[in-house]
Amino acid sequence: MSLLVVKNLCKRFGGLQAVGNVSFTVAAGSIKALIGPNGAGKTTLFNLIFGALPPDSGQVWFAGKQTDGWKPHQVAAAGMARTFQHIRLFPKMTAWENIAVGRHAHSRSGFLSSLLGLPWTRREQRAVREKALDIMRFLGVEDRAEVEASSLAYGQQRIVELGRALACEPKLLLLDEPAAGLNMRETSEMAKLIARIRDTGVTVLLVEHDMTLVMNISDEILVLSYGEKIADDRPLAIQKHPEVIEVYLGEDDA
Amino acid sequence: MAQRRNWPIVILAVAVIAVHLASAAAGKPQYLTQLTMAGYYSLVIVGLTLLMGYTGQISLGHAGFFAIGGYTSGLLTTYNLQGGGAFVSLLRATGLLVAGKDLYGGDLLVMRPWLACLIALAVAVAIAYLVGKPVLKLRGHYLAMATLGFGTIVYKVVLGSSLVGAADGISDIPAFPLFAGLAVTGKSALRVQNYYVAWGLVLAAMALLTNLIHSRVGRALRAIHGAEDAADAMGVDTARYKLQVFVLSAALAALGGVFLTHYNGGIGPSEASIMKSVRYVAIVAVGGMANLWGALIMGVLLNFLSLRGSFGSYDDAVFGVILLAIMLFAPDGLLRVELVRRLPNMRRLRGRAP
Amino acid sequence: MSLDLLFQYLVAGITYGTIYAIVAIGFNIIYNTTGIINFAQGEFVMLGGMIGVTLHSLLPVPLAIAGAVIATMLVGALIEMLFIRWLRRPSVLRLIIITIGLSIAIRELALLLWGEGVRALPYFSGTAVTSLSVGDVHISPQVLWVLGISAVMVVALNFFFARTLLGRQMRACACNREAAQLCGISAKNMVTLSFVLSAGIGALAGCVISPITYVQYDSGTSLALKGFTVAILGGLGNSMAAIVAGLLLGTLESFSIWVMPAAYKDVIAISILLLILFVRPSGLFGNAEAARLKDY
Repeated sequence: MSLLVVKNLCKRFGGLQAVGNVSFTVAAGSIKALIGPNGAGKTTLFNLIFGALPPDSGQVWFAGKQTDGWKPHQVAAAGMARTFQHIRLFPKMTAWENIAVGRHAHSRSGFLSSLLGLPWTRREQRAVREKALDIMRFLGVEDRAEVEASSLAYGQQRIVELGRALACEPKLLLLDEPAAGLNMRETSEMAKLIARIRDTGVTVLLVEHDMTLVMNISDEILVLSYGEKIADDRPLAIQKHPEVIEVYLGEDDA
Repeated sequence: MAQRRNWPIVILAVAVIAVHLASAAAGKPQYLTQLTMAGYYSLVIVGLTLLMGYTGQISLGHAGFFAIGGYTSGLLTTYNLQGGGAFVSLLRATGLLVAGKDLYGGDLLVMRPWLACLIALAVAVAIAYLVGKPVLKLRGHYLAMATLGFGTIVYKVVLGSSLVGAADGISDIPAFPLFAGLAVTGKSALRVQNYYVAWGLVLAAMALLTNLIHSRVGRALRAIHGAEDAADAMGVDTARYKLQVFVLSAALAALGGVFLTHYNGGIGPSEASIMKSVRYVAIVAVGGMANLWGALIMGVLLNFLSLRGSFGSYDDAVFGVILLAIMLFAPDGLLRVELVRRLPNMRRLRGRAP
Repeated sequence: MSLDLLFQYLVAGITYGTIYAIVAIGFNIIYNTTGIINFAQGEFVMLGGMIGVTLHSLLPVPLAIAGAVIATMLVGALIEMLFIRWLRRPSVLRLIIITIGLSIAIRELALLLWGEGVRALPYFSGTAVTSLSVGDVHISPQVLWVLGISAVMVVALNFFFARTLLGRQMRACACNREAAQLCGISAKNMVTLSFVLSAGIGALAGCVISPITYVQYDSGTSLALKGFTVAILGGLGNSMAAIVAGLLLGTLESFSIWVMPAAYKDVIAISILLLILFVRPSGLFGNAEAARLKDY
């Protein structure tokens, strides 16, 4: 069953075809990795799927609904969550507060009830805080709950951002270079976390450069080059794919 | 958590009473007048703090909303409907109008103040929606200029329109009767009551806004300010929230305008001037941008001094210099109350074993 | 309406429009080099006029003007060096508020130094009532001075940016600050230069328009708003378009007296500003995508 279907997606920036006629699917409950050299269009593709950029043409189908042209907050409400290539935590809020924002789509207190501080609103607040702390426990960082986000160590910031996305209870998680800037041990921890997340039933689509992580946990790999799809297969097949090897020639393996 | 965040409100209530008693004891009851006025200006300031500090949207035209509130209410309670047509008779029959005598003994038929107040607030909210929707799509310089433009339009309109007295403004605005014999008016006999009315309003506003900040909505607002694209990605409808905060802050400003106008018995174009808007921004900046209590304290202090004439003819210059100095040297404001509030949390953190 | 009256309105519109365009060009020069919108731009015009008048009590008109321009350029440099240069990665909001604060400070200082009165330089040739006739229409020679000096300024600026080394360095800095620095161009100095240049042209404009409009300590505010409107209307950063936009705004404003009381003249400019910002922030001649990118 395909949770995400992308059909003939195109995006042009002036003279540059950033994403050219890309089509693929992501099966529910799987981990799919998106790889390719720098400038291949991976983050643009993410932005198109997530609604941060409108596509020039093509369709995106998520959980049976056509979502191309939707705004990010609508896509988020439909069950997609993302992390960012360059960490986008809310710097002056604490770690748990950052994760609590992820609960936004699952809570209901509006302006009026919040102003008045009604009892059901306060109960919802407490529930949100508990849930945020639960997620932090799942990720193993609950001791940093009250720390301001900008004061966290880099690796922990990445984990908190992951937690924030998880708080959305997403069906599909889009991770943009989750291991960027992490050392070997942290990368391997991150890989285990992503696999655990997949085991709870969340589908994952991730962009990554670290080949060890990609090869270890992905069920399928999509390879982009200059905005076009050049391969879409299981990890072992990708490793032997002649075009992929050519595109990566000269690249170190991670 | 509920306990801790309500302490400042209790402290404020106590302080309000203490200041009243102190000024009575010192035989300076006139201080209450200036503090009452400062209280009404504070409504504008805390609303603006929410907008600028929590959603990060600058407004250089908020004095415009204060003026819209005050002028609308002032106009409706002084515009003589005597001799009007069937519609006026209908209004009179339903008790919405009040009859009286003007300065020259002629018959006067004007709107009741509470109705005028409601209409004034409705007008301010409507204008805030209409202006806010397109304006809040702008960022940075463009937003600043657009709000500056809005404020200037309001100023030019009230300055140029003879309907609202042009350069002289509106005067002889009647008292605004509330309930149980309380009325918003400048009469010195009711000075103490009015002081408590003003500060009662401020306390209510602070309580409501404190609730808001600690709620899901407050967190969403801070998220918008912290990283708008990430907030979007988390399902926060940023455009809608920015608009709602804009409208709320406009409503608060208009409320301050209505009450202060009835308190003073008059209003003039200077209340809509850009310098007034700059003043509000300066106070929010000094108080710490995202700091309700800081802005309130600074607002009362600076407005009180300004109203007492301590700055002389350099009033505008003082606020301009304050703004400049704060932005250059302490862009996070002078009063780091936020930091102080965090300390108890830090103690708790240290108490946990690693 | 008689041809003469029509012509008078048109001339008034073009005259004011030219001044708005000069203010807009001042905005653009600083914006292109630094990304900052200098809210104090209008004050440069005011200072030029006021200082010019003060110097005129000691010197003949041309020297007074030269002195005023130089003095205002120094003020521009001073502002940049004291208040802007040492800021580290300031946010847009902070910069906006700083230049607003500067605008207020300069205005209040002017009030202190010169009081509330209006001042003007004498007409450069002839008097207030001299007029040159071309057929049925009459035009004051001062208008020709305004148009002439503004045209010379525009041509000189074009030459400066296109042909001189310094001008090209500034353009390089505007395009890509880091790359320019790597080529040995001191970005810091380019920023100071942009302030100096904007101050200079503003001051000259202030001197040449003062016989017609008089200057006052608070003349700067409405000029800044209108200059900004013109800059946006033409597309922020595009000075040639600013000239067209300036003439457009000036003429619209001038003929607006036909349909609404003079007291609301300023509302025209602001309404156009809001309209443009809401509908097409890239301006009449700008590129929509470029405008979005240049937002910060």
